[in-house]
Amino acid sequence: MIEEYIYDYIEKAERNDKRSIGRLLTFLESSPSQAFKVLNIILRNNVGKAHVIGFTGIPGSGKSTLISKLIHHYIKDNYKIAVIAIDPTSPLSRGAFLGDRIRMQEHSLNPNVFIRSVSTRGLKGGLSFAGVAMVELFDYLGYNKILIETVGVGQAETDIMNIAHTVIVATMPGVGDEIQVLKAGVMEIADIYVLNKSDKEESQKTFEYLDFLIESREIGSRIGWKPKLLKTSALMGQGVEELRNSIEEHLDYCTSQGYFDHKINLRRKTLVKLFLEKTLIDKLSEEFEELKSMNVEDFSSQLNILRKKIEYFLREFDKYI
Amino acid sequence: MVAKLGLNGHDRGAKIVARVLKDAGMEVIYTGVRQTPEQVVETAIQEDVDVIGVSILSGAHISLMKKLIENLKDKGVEHIPIFLGGTIPLLDIPEIEKIGVDKVFLPGTSLNEIVKYVYDAALKKRMKIRD
Repeated sequence: MIEEYIYDYIEKAERNDKRSIGRLLTFLESSPSQAFKVLNIILRNNVGKAHVIGFTGIPGSGKSTLISKLIHHYIKDNYKIAVIAIDPTSPLSRGAFLGDRIRMQEHSLNPNVFIRSVSTRGLKGGLSFAGVAMVELFDYLGYNKILIETVGVGQAETDIMNIAHTVIVATMPGVGDEIQVLKAGVMEIADIYVLNKSDKEESQKTFEYLDFLIESREIGSRIGWKPKLLKTSALMGQGVEELRNSIEEHLDYCTSQGYFDHKINLRRKTLVKLFLEKTLIDKLSEEFEELKSMNVEDFSSQLNILRKKIEYFLREFDKYI
Repeated sequence: MVAKLGLNGHDRGAKIVARVLKDAGMEVIYTGVRQTPEQVVETAIQEDVDVIGVSILSGAHISLMKKLIENLKDKGVEHIPIFLGGTIPLLDIPEIEKIGVDKVFLPGTSLNEIVKYVYDAALKKRMKIRD
């Protein structure tokens, strides 16, 4: 049986063999059929226990450093911690520079910490299918805290809401005026807002403005949780303990409202959506390459060619995965 | 993966190599400066990398590479090819290759040559691992 080697890896991964975990994560980000095989096994009996925490926010706001400092606290609590650090794929070369873990390397030798870098590989929303699939693997392996750092694109980055129990948006002083803050969809999705680099001069003004937005309910709340606003200076280690406490408070709230399991349900549905999205986009891109070399001029014939290919692909879907 | 091994913080070269590999369509994990051999190996395992590139400008390349390769063997991942760049004297190359480093690039190497090497090394490694 071809899947035996996957069972073998899973068995070793359950014993915290990092090499096997690393291989399994690679399967999840390689071909859809490979990912499907792994997910099919790990999702079978998995009830979902891990607390998934999403970090997003503009580039340079210090997300990686914040995560690194939080890990210090989680280590003391004896948690097993996984970090999924997502960086963008270059649209031109399809390569990626994955540098988030630079700030977290101090934890690289800790047996209870696993850090994996992922690139978006072309999917919008800042979250890749692989990233979400990786959450499921770490959850299956009994990791307690799964921290996802998403591409700091700012707007339109809302997929994380469907994945994480707790969403943290990091920002920093002096970034944009109030209009920027209001139009940025990303500023509406957090359970906890973190004003990082608050040792900077302009921080009080930005803090007061954000505070006003939350107090005046311009930034809305979800499931009755009023968003928290915290000041941190991750580099100096200031405010990180408060952040940890706020995260726990939010977790308690989620659990008490029955929201914890609801989120897991939503996450798994999102995984299905992203899986299909990735499979179709991959296929479409492949067919598009072929279309480029074809001598067809008008819009409707071009559309027909692509549409028929996709229709055929969907009909034969079982064979592909 | 591109790693800066040992106690020197000059990473312009490493970043340029990382950038060129990215532009060639590869996903490059950059570790940052002042990594220990243990950190490099552990990172390679967690990230399940195809090739490890190391940059050393401190002069300690022979002892550091020895430790790195020992660590790779200890962890059972010595099949990952390693290339080395930095300020490596020509005369040291035979010894470094004997330790188990797959390829050494001297100052002045063209970036295309590095890209081609990494591409081939990654393919070769992927053919090999079926375990």
